[in-house]
Amino acid sequence: MASEERSSLSAGVESHRAPVPVHQFKQQNLPACKPVLTPAWVITTYFLIGVLFIPIGFISLRASMGVVEIVDRYDTECVPNSYKSDKVAYVKDMSVSKNCTRYLKVKKRMKAPIYVYYELDNYYQNHRRYVKSRNEQQLLHGLRYNSTSSCRPLELNKGLPIVPCGLVAWSLFNDSYSFSRGAEKLNVNRKNIAWQSDRDHKFGKKVHPFNFQNGTLIGGGKLDSRIPLSDQEDLIVWMRTAALPSFRKLYGRIEEDLDEDDVVIVNLLNNYNTYSFGGKKKIVLSTSSWLGGRNNFLGMTYILVGASSMFIALVFLLLHKLSWARQ
Amino acid sequence: MGHGKIRARLRSSLYTFSCTNAPKKSVEFDELQGPGFSRVVMCNQPLLYKYRNNSTSTTKYNALTFLPIALFEQFNRVANIYFLIAAILSVTPYGPYNPISAIAPLAFVVGLSMVKELLEDWQRMLQDWKVNMRPALVYNANGSFETQPWKKIKVGDVVKVEKDTFFPADLLLLSSNYDDGICYVETMNLDGETNLKVKRAMDVTLDLDNDASFQDFKATIKCEDPNPSLYTFVGNFEYDKKIYPIDPSQILLRDSKLRNTSYVYGVVIFTGHDTKVMQNSTRSPSKRSRIERKMDKIIYILFSVLVVVSLVSSSGFAYMTKYKMPDWWYLHAPDNKDLYNPDKPTVSGFYHLITALILYGYLIPISLYVSIEIVKVLQASFINQDMHMYHEETETPALARTSNLNEELGQVDTILSDKTGTLTCNQMDFLKCSIAGIPYGQGASEVEAAAVRKMSMDLDAEDFDHFSSEDSTYEEEVELETVVTSNDQDHKRRIKGFSFEDNRLTSRCWWKLPNPDVHFLFFRVLAVCQTAIPEENHETGEYNYEAESPDEGAFLVAAREFGFEFIKRTQGSVTVREADPSSPEPVERDFKILNILEFTSKRKRMTVIVRDDKEEIFLFCKGADTIIFDRLSDKGRTYEKATTKHLNDYGEGGLRTLVFAYKKLDEDEYRSWNSEFQKAKNSVSSDRDDVLEDLSDKMERELILVGASAVEDKLQQGVPQCIDSLAQAGLKIWVLTGDKMETAINIGFSCSLLRQGMHQICISTKDMLANESVQNTKSDILMQITDGSRMMKEETDPDAAYALIIDGKALTYALDEELKTQFLKLAVACASVICCRVSPKQKALVVRLVKEGTGKTTLAIGDGANDVGMIQEADIGIGISGVEGMQAVMSSDFAIAQFRYLERLLVVHGHWFYKRIAQMICYFFYKNIAFGLTLFYYEICTAFSGNSVYDDWYMILYNVAVTSLPVMSLGVLEQDVSSEICLEFPALYQQGPKNLFFGWYRIIGWMCNGVYTSVVIFCLTIFIFSDPPYRSEGQTPDMSIVGATMFTCIVCAVNTQIALLLSHFTWIQHCFIWGSIVVWFSFLIIYGVILPETSTGSYQVFTETLAPTPLFWMTILLVVMASVIPYFIHASLLRSFQPEDHHIIQEIKYLKKDVLDRRMWRRERRKGRHTAKIGFSARVDAKIRQLKGRIQKKGAHLAPQEML
Repeated sequence: MASEERSSLSAGVESHRAPVPVHQFKQQNLPACKPVLTPAWVITTYFLIGVLFIPIGFISLRASMGVVEIVDRYDTECVPNSYKSDKVAYVKDMSVSKNCTRYLKVKKRMKAPIYVYYELDNYYQNHRRYVKSRNEQQLLHGLRYNSTSSCRPLELNKGLPIVPCGLVAWSLFNDSYSFSRGAEKLNVNRKNIAWQSDRDHKFGKKVHPFNFQNGTLIGGGKLDSRIPLSDQEDLIVWMRTAALPSFRKLYGRIEEDLDEDDVVIVNLLNNYNTYSFGGKKKIVLSTSSWLGGRNNFLGMTYILVGASSMFIALVFLLLHKLSWARQ
Repeated sequence: MGHGKIRARLRSSLYTFSCTNAPKKSVEFDELQGPGFSRVVMCNQPLLYKYRNNSTSTTKYNALTFLPIALFEQFNRVANIYFLIAAILSVTPYGPYNPISAIAPLAFVVGLSMVKELLEDWQRMLQDWKVNMRPALVYNANGSFETQPWKKIKVGDVVKVEKDTFFPADLLLLSSNYDDGICYVETMNLDGETNLKVKRAMDVTLDLDNDASFQDFKATIKCEDPNPSLYTFVGNFEYDKKIYPIDPSQILLRDSKLRNTSYVYGVVIFTGHDTKVMQNSTRSPSKRSRIERKMDKIIYILFSVLVVVSLVSSSGFAYMTKYKMPDWWYLHAPDNKDLYNPDKPTVSGFYHLITALILYGYLIPISLYVSIEIVKVLQASFINQDMHMYHEETETPALARTSNLNEELGQVDTILSDKTGTLTCNQMDFLKCSIAGIPYGQGASEVEAAAVRKMSMDLDAEDFDHFSSEDSTYEEEVELETVVTSNDQDHKRRIKGFSFEDNRLTSRCWWKLPNPDVHFLFFRVLAVCQTAIPEENHETGEYNYEAESPDEGAFLVAAREFGFEFIKRTQGSVTVREADPSSPEPVERDFKILNILEFTSKRKRMTVIVRDDKEEIFLFCKGADTIIFDRLSDKGRTYEKATTKHLNDYGEGGLRTLVFAYKKLDEDEYRSWNSEFQKAKNSVSSDRDDVLEDLSDKMERELILVGASAVEDKLQQGVPQCIDSLAQAGLKIWVLTGDKMETAINIGFSCSLLRQGMHQICISTKDMLANESVQNTKSDILMQITDGSRMMKEETDPDAAYALIIDGKALTYALDEELKTQFLKLAVACASVICCRVSPKQKALVVRLVKEGTGKTTLAIGDGANDVGMIQEADIGIGISGVEGMQAVMSSDFAIAQFRYLERLLVVHGHWFYKRIAQMICYFFYKNIAFGLTLFYYEICTAFSGNSVYDDWYMILYNVAVTSLPVMSLGVLEQDVSSEICLEFPALYQQGPKNLFFGWYRIIGWMCNGVYTSVVIFCLTIFIFSDPPYRSEGQTPDMSIVGATMFTCIVCAVNTQIALLLSHFTWIQHCFIWGSIVVWFSFLIIYGVILPETSTGSYQVFTETLAPTPLFWMTILLVVMASVIPYFIHASLLRSFQPEDHHIIQEIKYLKKDVLDRRMWRRERRKGRHTAKIGFSARVDAKIRQLKGRIQKKGAHLAPQEML
């Protein structure tokens, strides 16, 4: 037995007749590049990072600074004085008018398109119970698809399936805004606010809301059952759950420029209940740059990283000069 | 353990050609019944009794047991159990993600390990199949022998075995083609000995010598049950209504080979797994490497981190559930299940704990074990494939028999080496002799030659500068090697085993010498007092000898050259062709062998009693000097003084000596002794051996000294150079040998373990009287030890080196509980330690002492069965797969063909393996912490609800696809410096024993790096992708976008990190590292185009939303840079201002300073040479130190080296 083992092994070693790369691999002798962090390399690398990052930082900071943003928190202001002590009662009381008007002053000229966002705060759209409570199949195929257990606790109502089911859809945001500048009404384009792929492939074109918000507990907004889900862009935007408890969602676009010192009048319906959990509601008007919205953080960090790289490069240079001099 | 003794016994029983072959008293039948002796074999009627068949299986599993056993082994690992439980729980509603995400990686990892097991077992099965299907000739009912596969052989079958084939089972030898029923057997597969052994059939069965004679053959064998003892056999053979005892010399063991005999017939006694060789096969104890044991600890730490994080998370969840959740109307709480019940926050918290424990499981690297396993198998194949460790002559490659211990090779602190067959080649050259007080032989021993060489080298040193500096060490080696090999060639031109140069004796005219009768007797003892078998070489007409020991072979060759040619051995006689003054032609003389008293390591002598052609009875004896001198008669001491002097000279020259003596016996004296001896021999009492021992002792007295011989034990090729470099590598080398002190010291000198100017501390029991009490001896040894320690303590010269030499007897006491710590302390402080006259058991004990006493890694290397104990005891056991055979190899972890390959195995492979595995494990922890913690941070953002920002599939991919291959390429291919440099700077090896790469500092460092990376990745991504829109089209980021971005950042960051860690890029590393990133992006694309129901949030996430977004790419660049910069700073600072050894060498190589600037530091190096401790070692140490000084302006220095 032993001799056989030996011969088979030596046959293995005979593989030096194998092609050169295989042989080199077996002998751990493959050609390789062996970068070494010599001081010159290190200093150059840090320097290059600095040279690359600092300009990027400034460019993006500039882009971000160019974005004009108007943020207005309206949840407290829009509650009538009589209800100030019990805001929840106000929002739950169907009989009270929820109309509210806000005046937003434009501090800087805003170029179209101006994006309108609503911003919620302390709202855990990323809560596991919440996130899981939806059904992609049903959104696409509607009633044809009926194993919607993932939608619990909002799967069925009175024994009938709910379309769209689940907590996410049920808690649809339903404040609405309309804008005017003086007497002139500002048109808000509410088309194309959702992703193309969502509209085309995730929300059925023939799926209509069914048995929605018919229960005893009514969550958020209702849906027009005549319009298929793929056209309910508010819902589609809402259904893209936010990653953080404070989030903005696109409401629409104002496709006119706003001049400095213009006053935008916002007529809103303050329907949505954030009072139970003390969440803020804001309306945001913002222009955008190539970078997106106002985002100074990115530019700052780039500059920080770039600057510290430069600094380290200098420190290294100095240390090396010093130790060289000492020698 | 105890193999040495067993081997000695094997020899003894095989070589007892006692003429007294008179029927021994058979063991009573009654005794052969009851427990342990139940086997009954009906010869030629195989079907009567049912025993196991002859098929053997060495596989671990069979088709049925594979799944349960292999699964059990997999889930024996803590981490795997955890993942199994996690997988089961993930099916419940508490699972944080899709059950597939938990099951798939586990199935992959476990499946991979099991496939590996399966393949290994498949190999074993194929080998078994091959063995089981070997053909054998079996007697069948038709009266002829037919070919059957081995597995069909049954107990009781009569089989015929032909020349040079293996015995298919344990057989009782019935007859052979020789009239006297002897046959020659090679037992290499059993005990590793290459010399032939003689087996002899019982007289009663001798006539069963042709195929036809078995027609009516019926007999019964009653014998012992299967047992693993190779050298004993108890049984009776009942034939023709008579009962005969069977002794081990009639048993032919499976897996030994028939040699020099055309055929034999035998009856099968044991088959298959009942055979002695199969009973003997034990799996060597499984050893685990230090690094792996430490890794387990780290895994426990991570487990605790996991538990803590989970507890934090679940208490957070409980708090949120109780106080906050009732307000969150959109969650529609409370729940009818207790998962989200504000009234029962503890219950909710508990359920959440389960969720959290599963979710944060990414902190535990699931694929670590399997990756390490794969990496190690590949590493082991590098050992097996290494051409530099392939021995051309014997066609033996190095063999990693286990891949568990690869990285342990890089951490060895102490090497414990056998001498014979390991350092030396176990080839003896008859070099000198002393007859009648006259010394003969003018050749120089290798030790003497080495001394001359060293002196001349020191002289040459002055001229060294003109060598091209690049390969100076190499040239020195070449120089040495040529001297050695030229010696070899010299020897080969002459006669193997005979380097004797002295015309006085080789002229074959002994009668012209002074004291011719003494010379005559010396030669005769040389030729007759032996147990070898002559083999005629038909081409030259000369005789070669199959001897039990190489010494004996050398003696017989010498005797032949002196004119006493041993030509024939029969059952009871030896024939010697003697040069005789009375005739021009040599005279053939027969000597009837009356008794042989065998050589054992205990007796240290061998005696034959012969009747010569003049009917005179002689006793010839050879043995160790002390033993023989004790047994000389008063008138036999004529030459004692002169001989002693010569023996001392020989000893100093590194030669092995034996003393020869004889005595003439009276017929009556012999007869009375012999009758007693035979009686004792035939008795079955338990003290038989003791009685025989006493009787032998009685006989071997009153001897007359004739002379002494000196044979040289040749060093293996490259041993001194190898030891030199191992010493430079900072390894301590202990030699454990059975030889006597003088020989051991001489070998120590010739392989430069000892040198002039080294203080030798010799510890031995004084030649004291036997009645000295144990206590006195003990205190004496203690005193010697403390003396030695004091001497070392008082030493002021920092370069002074000490050597400890201790003999076996003293070692018995030194290993005693009371003394062993002191002994160890002294021994560890010495540069080299030589233990002589140690038994196999003591070897193992010494290894254990070092292993347990110092807590460092020990490596034992040996070649013979007597080294098995120490090989198994040591952390790493290495077998020499050279001449002596397989016993040591079978119990070893690695097998190499020559001692010199140890250098490459440790300094190159060990060094690489250690660093690879260490870095690999550290990186593994890093990458899993970096990923796992982001999950936790996100938890906090989701009110501890147990939601993860990543898609389930991303998480599956993390360990399996996008980070596994780069780390494996690190584990398999990373080289800090090339193999040439490893060999050139063996001091680099010290990084392993010092554990620089897997110390807690490193591990914690990497973990902190992991924590930092996780923080940077999470915070930067979250801050950048918080509320503001992230695209010019105004969309805001949602969970899937943040998740995909964050995950992309992690993949890029950890892969960039490993690229920074590597210092050796072949195309494979490039492929794996950058390929992993490419794989991730391709996955993202492919996952984005499949059904939106499956990919949900990730549907077209890359193509539609991420790829066209500048912010996405800018984030990745920023995050990756920010997460690797601290490591980069740390690495470059370390390298510049506190460089490690390999950094310096890398830099030298990189800047090609070794070529440009070498001359200068060589000269400096040489200046320091005389003050340094020894040859190469000190030189290279200085090399590194000076290079360091040159490159490094700051005085970083190498850790002090253990110098020899």
